[in-house]
Amino acid sequence: MSALVRLQNVSKTYPASGLHGPVTAVDDVSLEVNAGDIFGIIGYSGAGKSTLVRLINALERPTSGRVFVGDAELTALGERQLRDERKRIGMIFQQFNLFRSRTVAGNVAYPLAVAGMPRAERDTRVAQLLDFVGLLEKAHNHPEQLSGGQKQRVGIARALATNPRLLLADEATSALDPDTTADVLALLKRVNEQLGVTIVVITHEMEAIRSIANRVAVMDSGRILEQGDVYDVFSSPTTDAASRFVRTVLRDRPTPQTLERLRRVHTGRIVSVKLTEERGFQGRLGRIFAEAGVEWEIIFGGISELRDRSVGSLTYEITGADAAVARALERLQAERIEAVEEA
Amino acid sequence: MNDFIDNLPLFFQSIWETIYIVVISLVASGVLGLALGVGLTVTRPGHLVARRAVHVSLNVIVNIVRPVPFIIFAAAIGPLTMLAVHTTIGNTAVIFALSLAATFAVARIVEQNLLTVDPGVIEAARAMGASPWNIILRVLIPEGLGPLVLGYTFLFVGIVDMSAQAALIGGGGLGTFAIVYGYQRFNWPVVYFSVAAIIVIVQAGQFFGNWLARRALRR
Repeated sequence: MSALVRLQNVSKTYPASGLHGPVTAVDDVSLEVNAGDIFGIIGYSGAGKSTLVRLINALERPTSGRVFVGDAELTALGERQLRDERKRIGMIFQQFNLFRSRTVAGNVAYPLAVAGMPRAERDTRVAQLLDFVGLLEKAHNHPEQLSGGQKQRVGIARALATNPRLLLADEATSALDPDTTADVLALLKRVNEQLGVTIVVITHEMEAIRSIANRVAVMDSGRILEQGDVYDVFSSPTTDAASRFVRTVLRDRPTPQTLERLRRVHTGRIVSVKLTEERGFQGRLGRIFAEAGVEWEIIFGGISELRDRSVGSLTYEITGADAAVARALERLQAERIEAVEEA
Repeated sequence: MNDFIDNLPLFFQSIWETIYIVVISLVASGVLGLALGVGLTVTRPGHLVARRAVHVSLNVIVNIVRPVPFIIFAAAIGPLTMLAVHTTIGNTAVIFALSLAATFAVARIVEQNLLTVDPGVIEAARAMGASPWNIILRVLIPEGLGPLVLGYTFLFVGIVDMSAQAALIGGGGLGTFAIVYGYQRFNWPVVYFSVAAIIVIVQAGQFFGNWLARRALRR
């Protein structure tokens, strides 16, 4: 697998203006997006994600560091050459950014005209694209006559017009309701699978990452905190910010409030055990508890499906003599079962 | 009333002259002002071709010229008018001075309207690899067209107003007719018919402008 997008120690600092000092929006970021990936970049607003995505198509120039897309080093190109590179990178936006002065077909035709496609061929291509996103019958409507989800579909058709190998999605579903979000995400997945387009998804919604991304980077204050396979990052986040995001879609561990409520009812030691897909896992746990001579009860838990695998954890109350409980916890550790006692 | 009827051929000629002066000035200043206004807009910091020095220079020029009352401006550019149209009096001189003066007003209105165009739309076009020229002609101006047409309509009234001062530099039109044949000869019907004609011209222009803007905005 070859990297389609490579960022090497990229930083972007905006100069001081007015009352503000200089702002570092992107701080020494390195990442690689492989061809075929749906790469999610998640972070709260102000984390620098929007700046980061604009470094990938050089709408923003980095203060330092190097940006590669395919064989081209964007940071080494002049504005004219960059324009040619941008024709091979599609982009969609939170507010859709459709041309209000043009019809749906006119919107999709614009990048084709920019790329120099003869007028006669444009119509065919526009029809083909609108058919792909399911909006062929809206070709002669104006954007304001469309719903939000339809507008984003037009945005996607427009972004794909010139057959880009890379699509940048900047909070593309953040202005949409949950149902429409799911439709648009499904469409993006289809773009990835059927057209082989690599997609970089910028979002603050973990659900968007969960449902389509295969790799993810967690961003905070301009830095990438962790990145990797979505399953790995979701199942064992190593930073606070990452676990906060994971918990927005994966409520498998009790929150402090839940824990407080549980403690009112359950007086034993409370331990959360990470689930694995190993067969007979529950039986193994049961035997460990029985051999240690403790009573146990499942009091909380959550299991989700992620990239065709189950991920989650169960929270047990363990009661018994102190020595027995300690023995049980030791055995869990010895058997390489990931268990944490809830504080 | 008979005094007015004697002047009837001149009245119609004056209407024609006003329309002639206003339309040519509007078209000329419309084109020049559009260019200057686009220049003011896209050179702004953060815009399409941000060039601070150019923006500030254009801004200063517009700010210096715009507050000068038209008739003083027309006098002040006398040498330039002479150079360009080989006379400083008559309709041609009026049209030259008026076009130039209105250009700066048009530029400001164009700038104000183009700044309301959603920056996201411009960014989308940049992301597609479009050149600044292409974006200006195919995105920026079309997206701002509705309000632009309304702005031009507003200016049309201003140009009619300025054109009435043509009398002072030997031009014709309803202003000259009303002052020279009406006011200075105590021939009030001439003045009032001129007023009525101006109102009709302004209303017609306003109506046409609104119609065009509605079409551009599709509302």
